[in-house]
Amino acid sequence: MEASKVIHAIYTDDDVLMSAVKTVRAEKYHIEDVFTPFPVHGLDKAMGLAPTRLAITAFLYGCIGLVFASAMMNYIMIQDWPQDIGGKPSFSFLENLPAFVPIMFELTVFFAAHLMVITFYMRSRIWPFKTAENPDPRTTDDHFLMEIAVHNNEESLTNLLKTTGAVEINIVEKDEDAH
Amino acid sequence: MASHYEAPIRRPLITGEKSFHDVTVDVARPVEGKANKAWWIVFSIALVAFLWGIGCIIYTVTTGIGVWGLNKTVNWAWDITNFVWWVGIGHAGTLISAVLLLFRQKWRMAINRSAEAMTIFAVFQAGLFPIIHMGRPWLAYWVLPIPNQFGSLWVNFNSPLLWDVFAISTYLSVSLVFWWTGLLPDFAMLRDRAVRPFQKKIYALVSFGWSGRAKDWQRFEEVSLVLAGLATPLVLSVHTIVSFDFATSIVPGWHTTIFPPYFVAGAIFSGFAMVNTLLIIMRKVCNLEDYITVQHIELMNIVIMLTGSIVGVAYITELFIAWYSGVEYEQFAFLNRATGPYWWAYWCMMSFNVFSPQFMWFKKLRTSIMFSFFISIVVNIGMWFERFVIIVTSLHRDYLPSSWTMFSPTFVDIGIFIGTIGFFFVLFLLYSRTFPVIAQAEVKTILKSSGERYKRIRENGDSLSGTGADVRTSHIKITEEKAITPKSTEDTSKQLEELLKGIGTFDASSETVDDLKVISGVGPKMEEVLNGIGIFTYLQVSKMTKREYDLLDEITGSFPGRAERDDWSGQAKTLLNN
Repeated sequence: MEASKVIHAIYTDDDVLMSAVKTVRAEKYHIEDVFTPFPVHGLDKAMGLAPTRLAITAFLYGCIGLVFASAMMNYIMIQDWPQDIGGKPSFSFLENLPAFVPIMFELTVFFAAHLMVITFYMRSRIWPFKTAENPDPRTTDDHFLMEIAVHNNEESLTNLLKTTGAVEINIVEKDEDAH
Repeated sequence: MASHYEAPIRRPLITGEKSFHDVTVDVARPVEGKANKAWWIVFSIALVAFLWGIGCIIYTVTTGIGVWGLNKTVNWAWDITNFVWWVGIGHAGTLISAVLLLFRQKWRMAINRSAEAMTIFAVFQAGLFPIIHMGRPWLAYWVLPIPNQFGSLWVNFNSPLLWDVFAISTYLSVSLVFWWTGLLPDFAMLRDRAVRPFQKKIYALVSFGWSGRAKDWQRFEEVSLVLAGLATPLVLSVHTIVSFDFATSIVPGWHTTIFPPYFVAGAIFSGFAMVNTLLIIMRKVCNLEDYITVQHIELMNIVIMLTGSIVGVAYITELFIAWYSGVEYEQFAFLNRATGPYWWAYWCMMSFNVFSPQFMWFKKLRTSIMFSFFISIVVNIGMWFERFVIIVTSLHRDYLPSSWTMFSPTFVDIGIFIGTIGFFFVLFLLYSRTFPVIAQAEVKTILKSSGERYKRIRENGDSLSGTGADVRTSHIKITEEKAITPKSTEDTSKQLEELLKGIGTFDASSETVDDLKVISGVGPKMEEVLNGIGIFTYLQVSKMTKREYDLLDEITGSFPGRAERDDWSGQAKTLLNN
């Protein structure tokens, strides 16, 4: 992508932002991003974002945890060093299964939770020493920023945004590709 | 907008005239301001206790477990009592953030951050006890199933003590991740406000470069929901497994099948009591009364009452089952608890845990802050006694009467326990000065539905659209400002009356005049004006809200918006508290 021009429209209210997003979308402009200080419910749908699949990954990670725990219990307690603990000999995985349930449950949760969060951090590109990319520091306080790419349509876009209740409209040169 | 609708019968969760920016300012204030004297005093006391505890731990490790009061019969006492007590306290944090999230309880948002912090700090304390009790803590890694130099000798996965290792470490790590993920947007807020480069660097580091994109928020909310779904069975499993430490044994008084639900209810009970203890102090010290309201305290008291009653049912069921089982050892164990030499501990437990929460049936008592604080302390003590009763009274008179004995703690037992309390408060006090203690991003999502100001706007039939703007942060650059209509100066008597009604009048006979010039933004001229109106004290200024600021502007006509921009009321509150 070449060095591109973007327009930053700043709003001070979530309801105004929502209706602005809907207007801009209805006019067939592509919204690059919206930066908000808190989750605005329904914004993802209004922007046309695809639903997140993180919950599905959590389920898969949980399954991996469960399989890992079962295999570990079977190897350690049944195969590698079977013992007779408290008169309950360890010769069969199924017969000894009840004693392994706590470990299997804990590891299922452990895998699902941690791997899902790591996936979230990787997908959203957040980690220690990462530089923040919100274009205006006020977007973590009480301002909402809509970023729209400009393709020789500055004027019409600016005029449209003015009608949506934006308090500031800035045209910014984006010298480097953020992603 | 319809999405912000909330039944008018619901009381506001955020009181005062708060805008989005006010939430930011209020949450950032304790972090950006300086610690007051009270903080330093409490911190020093906690630090001394912590250091004393470290001394006792070093003494134990270098000399041996023999320095504790344990004997041949009572071979497990304060260490496990304290362990279970701390783990139990930890449960409220996850309950508030996870279970109440699944139930869509909005009131959790003001308290979940601190409750989760409390969870993590409490689990730290709990984890110390098994590690110290190992005697050689540097070999603690032996509890992990790792290949070792003794051949293929593994840890015993049939033992509840090993289940504990997995349960507690999963619980601690998942709680930590849940907490930190929720903290990212709030750290980002502090980062973007920070003025000093050092602070900016630190908050940039811990906020992981959070930018607040719409996609990030979508994922963030999904992750929070799934983590809540995972943490809910997890928190129930943790105390269930802790109770297995006892329930899988064959000691009369311990091997009862009611233990798992009974321990979980007790954990939530003690955890909520600790949340109440901490937050009643914190809301005062950090000026967060508008967010952690009496309604929050009341709701927590109701949870305390409910779980306290469940614990009561469990106590009585235990007694009934002991009698009904016909096992005389079991019957003796319970008779001995209630009437033996430890009767006082048993009746402390009964009255503190079952009787004292019943006061919360009375609305007057459960909405009283002093009384709630008192009961929360009583419950904390009562729940410590519960664990002491279960452990020591079941052991001290075993099957062989010649070995019957009593347990008395040594100064080392007491010192380590006091030390963990000190450590806990050291962590919590540091947290309260460096972390955003309220999940401000979440609070902002409910501000328009549950904030007092927005509820009033909605009830007046006005639109909420556009009301998020705040004159202090919004500088409209594209639409021309409307011409300011000149105000008539004579008709201010009504506003004056309204204003004084909001902030109270000055009584020269019982109050003294404060130096209002200390407030930044008030000069000698302005002080004269304020005195002319009838405002003389910090107390009066501290009660000013947006409504009063507007009235003041209307009356004086000079410097419109000045009082609000400089946050006079916030400054006055700080002056009052120091």
